[in-house]
Amino acid sequence: MQTIDLATQTLRDMNATLQAQTDQTNATQWDIENPRGAHAIAVGLDAPIEVTVRGSTGYYCAGMNKQATVHVTGSAGPGVAENMMSGTVIIDGDASQYAGATGRGGLLVIKGNAASRCGISMKGIDIVVQGNIGHMSAFMGQAGNLVVCGDAGDALGDSLYEARLFVRGSVKSLGADCVEKDMRPEHLEILRDLLDRAGVDAKPEEFRRYGSARNLYNFDIDNAAAY
Amino acid sequence: MNEHDKRIPQTVPIQSATFSNPINAEIRRAAATGIYDIRGGGAKRKVPHFDDLLFLGASISRYPLEGYREKCDTSVTLGTRFAKNPIKLDIPITIAGMSFGALSAQAKEALGRGASAAGTSTTTGDGGMTEEERGHSQTLVYQYLPSRYGMNPDDLRRADAIEIVVGQGAKPGGGGMLLGQKISDRVAEMRTLPKGIDQRSACRHPDWTGPDDLEIKILELREITGWRVPIYVKVGGTRPYYDTALAVKAGADVVVLDGMQGGTAATQDVFIENVGLPTLACIRPAVRALQDLGMHREVQLIVSGGIRTGADVAKAMALGADAVAIGTAALIALGDNDPKWEAEYQKLGTTTGAYDDWHEGRDPAGITTQDPELAARLDPVDAGRRLRNYLKVMTLEAQTIARACGHNHLHNLEPEDLCALTMGAAAMAQIPLAGTDWYPGKPGTAY
Repeated sequence: MQTIDLATQTLRDMNATLQAQTDQTNATQWDIENPRGAHAIAVGLDAPIEVTVRGSTGYYCAGMNKQATVHVTGSAGPGVAENMMSGTVIIDGDASQYAGATGRGGLLVIKGNAASRCGISMKGIDIVVQGNIGHMSAFMGQAGNLVVCGDAGDALGDSLYEARLFVRGSVKSLGADCVEKDMRPEHLEILRDLLDRAGVDAKPEEFRRYGSARNLYNFDIDNAAAY
Repeated sequence: MNEHDKRIPQTVPIQSATFSNPINAEIRRAAATGIYDIRGGGAKRKVPHFDDLLFLGASISRYPLEGYREKCDTSVTLGTRFAKNPIKLDIPITIAGMSFGALSAQAKEALGRGASAAGTSTTTGDGGMTEEERGHSQTLVYQYLPSRYGMNPDDLRRADAIEIVVGQGAKPGGGGMLLGQKISDRVAEMRTLPKGIDQRSACRHPDWTGPDDLEIKILELREITGWRVPIYVKVGGTRPYYDTALAVKAGADVVVLDGMQGGTAATQDVFIENVGLPTLACIRPAVRALQDLGMHREVQLIVSGGIRTGADVAKAMALGADAVAIGTAALIALGDNDPKWEAEYQKLGTTTGAYDDWHEGRDPAGITTQDPELAARLDPVDAGRRLRNYLKVMTLEAQTIARACGHNHLHNLEPEDLCALTMGAAAMAQIPLAGTDWYPGKPGTAY
């Protein structure tokens, strides 16, 4: 286990050290102590290492992650795992706005709640939120899966493209062009896999699926009122 | 004299200036289609521009340099504030961001070839980085756009600079509009969207909401790229003083300021023509913001939007810019709207010089298209050579003017070298009206 103490080392040194790890590294376990809400912790990683952040983080923790597993034992600020490409990010507490924004791959698990715009513009990432999510989540979501074990706020999936949304609790309102869809066997299978990988004890059958009605994919004046 | 001859003469029919033929045609088009006009290019209306300024060459009170003989440096270094590796260019004319998707791969390659041969940089666009442009661009600026189409940390690290696009001169506050017909398999894959659907590029960044967030975003990008490369912030020209000041406060190495004559791949005509400030009106407030913060020349200013000639380059620099960027002019240099395709332009219902339906993907010149047959018309080597020649000519023109004003570096051009032809230009550029020492709003005057 390697330890980096942000009380004594700089953010730059920490990120440079983690970013220097390669696929062949033997130093696969890293502990980050005293994060104290710092921004841009463990960003731009590109190696199969496991990083545990002991505490809460500021903005953009694990931004653009590739391959690495980043585990935050506290809560995460805005933009956690933004544009993640692959790997896994786990937040024990809550996540602030735009968690997993524009993420392209990998798995983001939020054990608490996520604030507004969770999964905004998501492009392939899988996000599992064990609590609730705020308004405008998955806005313009292009691809990937957003699983919400609790409730969803206003305007879920507004202007949605091809991202899949699964919600177990209530949905305050759906956004433009977002509709409830049938839960077919393949969706139950996708959801079961996601719940397993996220370590969530829930039955896929308890969830409802939402997706794009695809009415707004090509502009038509008759749909103008929907915008 | 018969009855007919006794009639009172009719007045000559007069077209309404308000309801002109083009306006009436647009009303009929909107009524027929139910959709606003979408097009590429920049503002077509005439607004105060660099043409409304003149240089005051040297005579007795100033001492000129010998044209084509005495040295006039054109080099520029961008990103000297924080970046370990600032951008060093031979000429202060860069290629503005234009996306693969909007442009063909051949056009992107040609831009890279031409710019590299002239010693300057190219810029990616809304759609990610292609091998064509990375491979042929000696210096490549990677745009970080609200849509984040194709955003990839590996490409981020392969870039020589990062340009965070907040806005664009043709559509400040607006997003993009790539219609379904241009979405080829490759474009669809790069943008993670189904083929054939309209692709809206978001008007705002999804994961930040203001200048304080921008500061933290810049920190993140610097941490990911090891503080190696400069971070540009590009804004559309609307509130240049405050936007420049906030970009500097957020930590930008370079501010890119795009006036309303700046081009775009596709957006609403009403937006292009009615939103934003003329480029001429943007520069002095931005420079003043930099000066007020003690950052002029420390944070570099790139100005774009309707730059066409070496005179435009020299005027922008005299007003305080460190460099300029060209987009539409570069496409014309490659061969867009070339009269040799006139017959085909006419088949599309337009004519050479007016073709702007770039979003339809039927560009006869093979530049703003994803149609493989049309795109194959553009020879990237030949087109790159044309762009290189054009950039060289612009540079020579700017040098000629600078020498005539007595300067041995383009950066030594100053407002004192200029006069304005119109009151409007004098006010916007804060340059004295020709033959006077006065401009509207000049401190210390009664006006």
